[in-house]
Amino acid sequence: MNNLLVVPMILPILMGVLLVFLRPYIRLQRLVSVITLALSAGVAAYCLVHIHQTGIMRLDFGDWLPPHGILFVGDSFAMLLVLAACVVSGIILLYAFVTTGVETEKMFFYPFFLFLVAGVNGSFLTGDLFNLFVCFEVMLLASYVLLTLGGRKTQLKEGITYVLINVLASWFFLLGVAYLYGAIGTLNMAHIAVRVSEVGQGPLLTLISIVFLLVFSLKAGLLLYFWLPGSYAAPPTAVAALFGALLTKVGIYALYRMFTLIFVHDPLIFRMIGVLAIVTMVGGCLGAIAYSDIRQIVSYNVIISVGFVLAGLAISNQTAFQGASYYLVHDMVSKALLFLLAGTVVYLTGRSKFTELSGLIRNYPLVGWLFFLTMLAIAGIPPLSGFIGKVYLGLGAIETGSYMLLAVAFLSSIGVLYSLLRIFLNSFWGETTISEDDQVPFEKSLGLPLVLLATLVVGMGIGAELLAPYIQDAANTLSDPELYIRAVLGDDLE
Amino acid sequence: METLITLLVGVLVAVGVYLLLSKEMLRMILGTAILSHAIHLLLLTMGGLKKGDVPLLQESAAEYTDALPQALILTAIVISFAVTAFLLVLSYRVYQESGRGLELRGQKDE
Repeated sequence: MNNLLVVPMILPILMGVLLVFLRPYIRLQRLVSVITLALSAGVAAYCLVHIHQTGIMRLDFGDWLPPHGILFVGDSFAMLLVLAACVVSGIILLYAFVTTGVETEKMFFYPFFLFLVAGVNGSFLTGDLFNLFVCFEVMLLASYVLLTLGGRKTQLKEGITYVLINVLASWFFLLGVAYLYGAIGTLNMAHIAVRVSEVGQGPLLTLISIVFLLVFSLKAGLLLYFWLPGSYAAPPTAVAALFGALLTKVGIYALYRMFTLIFVHDPLIFRMIGVLAIVTMVGGCLGAIAYSDIRQIVSYNVIISVGFVLAGLAISNQTAFQGASYYLVHDMVSKALLFLLAGTVVYLTGRSKFTELSGLIRNYPLVGWLFFLTMLAIAGIPPLSGFIGKVYLGLGAIETGSYMLLAVAFLSSIGVLYSLLRIFLNSFWGETTISEDDQVPFEKSLGLPLVLLATLVVGMGIGAELLAPYIQDAANTLSDPELYIRAVLGDDLE
Repeated sequence: METLITLLVGVLVAVGVYLLLSKEMLRMILGTAILSHAIHLLLLTMGGLKKGDVPLLQESAAEYTDALPQALILTAIVISFAVTAFLLVLSYRVYQESGRGLELRGQKDE
């Protein structure tokens, strides 16, 4: 039963390896990869319901009981993200079928796509700190390849920056692991949490926690986001959407796991995260407003949402966690949609600056209206998916009286709205500059993934009630680390 | 012994950072390689350096050596090997494309 927990990671890896040998058969590759992601999503959904009914799932590899072996822990927070990751990457894959050229597809595009998803899912599910590092690396190596596949000059240039930044971040990760192992003598996350609370979070452990804060901030784009806009704007649209939807979320997840489970005893850290979140939101807004390149603006929107979700971690109460979990899932879906739409506009018109575009809504009404819808969803207009998350996060902020965070978080929504509205007004409204004869035809197969994601955005807004019990579970685990620890180590805490 | 190794780690980190900060691609890659060696040594040191026996029950279980850091290092070495190989190929590709080493600094609008 609990063996199901490993499926979202092991299935994409096995199938990815299989696809390496099926290199010439593109159609078969497409079919296998879609089925793989659908199956993983199905398993994740099943596990989510199971966790809701019976509590946190755990899988000890090789029957080595914790804290001795490596294990996977499935709590609602992780499982929600796994489900969202599988569904969103599956839909992005449908988009990749249409836009990725055969040449790129033959260069092992699908295997690396699957490896990336496997790494992401593994990072969400693992209960062991070193295993988290390994899963990060699986994800990162796949992302290095996907970023540079195709070999255009910007891709190579951004690729080198991206790889070096991540090598350095991984180096700091190992540094943190080394110090933590030296200080605490264990790598099982629940076990670390127990020992940290036993010895108390002194200066040494706080220092180690700051090393981890640095590492995951680099990965999530919290304050240290200077590498992000360039490298998310360089690759082909499908890959950019995958990065925008998944990669920063893994960093955010790791931050949440670290600072809700292990290093919970020092309020100073949370104040620091709050300041970082504020600076990130302000910086993201400035970036989103400063550029006229659509892809850059969209990348900066990722940064704003990173700041917003981590404001939830800075507030750290049950209501804020609910808001953050809801917003995180919403953000995966809506950012994927936003990236795909921006890429579609660039693909259809061949231009990427919104000042050079005009009246697109006449040529491509579907793209125009979907862009409008996405903009409203990300800005948090009810009844779309961004609304509930923002409300709960705001309520949480009021509960603890962090009004500064509240104000900046909600002002950032206006920044988001303004930056996207500028694109909408300039490039979708106004006089059409492309005549009906010249316009690049909009293929129906290109519309399908966009419509699917938009359906999810609307569905998650209207059907928020359906998701509520799982979000509640996730927030409970986050606000009460005992639940997680007891699920891993059993009732007798040493 | 631990102090000595820690000092060595410090030297390696200094060398690695110096190389990483240079402008040339190949030096940067070597810098990352040296940095990863430093961190592997640090991982080993953090587990405690001592001459002990294999960590098996019954066979002198009293003074066994902690095997976990070694397992960690083995994994980390494989990963850093893969990443370094990828970086080398990437930089070679850049060299092929542009006919010279990539200049990472000095964009037009910076």
